[in-house]
Amino acid sequence: MCITLHNSQELFAPMRYSAFSVITQALRGHTGWTPAWRKAEPAPHYDVVIIGGGGGGLATAYYLARHHNVGRIAVLEKGWLGNGSIGRNTTIIRSNYGLPGNIPFYELSMKLWEGLEQDINYNAMVSQRGIFNIYHNDAQRDSYARRGNAMLLHGVDAELLDSARLRREIPYLDYENARFPIHGALVQRRAGTARHDAVAWGYARAADKLGVDIIENCEVTGIDIENGAVKGVQTTRGAITVGKVGIAVAGASSLVGAMAGLRLPIESHALQAFVTEGLKPLIDNVITFGAGHFYISQSDKGGLVFGGDIDGYNSYAARGNLPTVEDVCEGGIALMPMLGRARLLRSWGGIMDMTMDGSPIIDKTPVGNLFFNGGWCYGGFKATPASGFCFAHLIAREEPHAVAAAYRLDRFAEGRLIDEKGAGAQPNLH
Amino acid sequence: MRIPCPHCGPRGLDEFLYTQDASAARPKDGGAAPTEEWTDYVYMRENARGPRREYWYHSAGCHAWLIVTRDVSSHEILSVDLP
Repeated sequence: MCITLHNSQELFAPMRYSAFSVITQALRGHTGWTPAWRKAEPAPHYDVVIIGGGGGGLATAYYLARHHNVGRIAVLEKGWLGNGSIGRNTTIIRSNYGLPGNIPFYELSMKLWEGLEQDINYNAMVSQRGIFNIYHNDAQRDSYARRGNAMLLHGVDAELLDSARLRREIPYLDYENARFPIHGALVQRRAGTARHDAVAWGYARAADKLGVDIIENCEVTGIDIENGAVKGVQTTRGAITVGKVGIAVAGASSLVGAMAGLRLPIESHALQAFVTEGLKPLIDNVITFGAGHFYISQSDKGGLVFGGDIDGYNSYAARGNLPTVEDVCEGGIALMPMLGRARLLRSWGGIMDMTMDGSPIIDKTPVGNLFFNGGWCYGGFKATPASGFCFAHLIAREEPHAVAAAYRLDRFAEGRLIDEKGAGAQPNLH
Repeated sequence: MRIPCPHCGPRGLDEFLYTQDASAARPKDGGAAPTEEWTDYVYMRENARGPRREYWYHSAGCHAWLIVTRDVSSHEILSVDLP
């Protein structure tokens, strides 16, 4: 593929990472590494502008440049790469969904994760360590069996373990808990974790190599619309005229959407995440509690990374409150009492685009040449590759990718909701 | 976040349940485009930054419904009224 470098920016040879490059750089005292991406300056015009330099926006730019011939592409990021949800999540990747509109999409994402590091030549530390969804009663077992069967019918791996088999694999759970006894688990072995920051950096580097301008500290302040179609964007670094615009700013979708007159089925909520002090290897998979909302894994540094529910009220403050901290920790200790001995090192918050059915949106908008990707609730990280892949397809071909065809903006008016939890239009219950 | 309940005084967040936007107007039955109005009411959200009027329920206190005006960017409680 032809690589073009734009503007009068300083050129440098894109470097290929390999065992050979690590060894030769080690011998040279690591003095020869080049920046992973150029510090691009905004040009006056782009064929495609992606608003939002998070996982979704960067992946979209990469797949646009890689698979579609759309001309010059820019990603506009108001802060620095990785400052939003892509750098704040609990790093879990999985495709254990239950509804037809979701399963093929998340399975495409899982397949893209499986080949991601070779594809973008970047170590994203994808680790298929398996996810165990614990069940605590017969009804929940039946519900998980149904979900597992739905996955199997879509070609996704799933396995239902009883408590005897689960005890052999994870001996330290509180099986005899009087209130929430553990009866078994639904397992997806191909699920796991990935290094979240590295996903942003890897996509940025790979997109940059294909000529995408990644422009940091460039906040979009307005969207120019003429005769019902997008003509340009106003930014803190000047005006840019555009062919097409893709919005990928989950957490702030309503704010950016409002610039184009969009009223969206989205509320912004705070979700907290937590990490303990570094411990010796202990949890070699991802475990979720079935009687509350709690999920945990262990990072390669040793910290136990966990999270739970959103705080439950609308928020644009990237922090939560103490009742949710207590609730999450209670869930964790009910599942594995030894957690009570670990010290919490940090907690932080991020802002989630909560939709009215708990599923995302990847669609055209009523404004010409304006495309929307958002509403990821608190499940956007695992979706990053497919989100970018399908959004790129939509922007380039102006028709949805087959596996994302259900993520329509008008599904709420049409009654075609994709509600995995069956909670209705109450975002704080999804 | 602590909410000053008009009946009970300032109380911790864990005593309250957030329910919904207190400014969204429930459509009247009938009207010119009832389906559109109801779709908008049920599914679409303003979701702006800054002050927002919300219904909160003092479930672990006096069981009063409150209208709390809260800045969603800072979590600051600006005022609490009875409906």
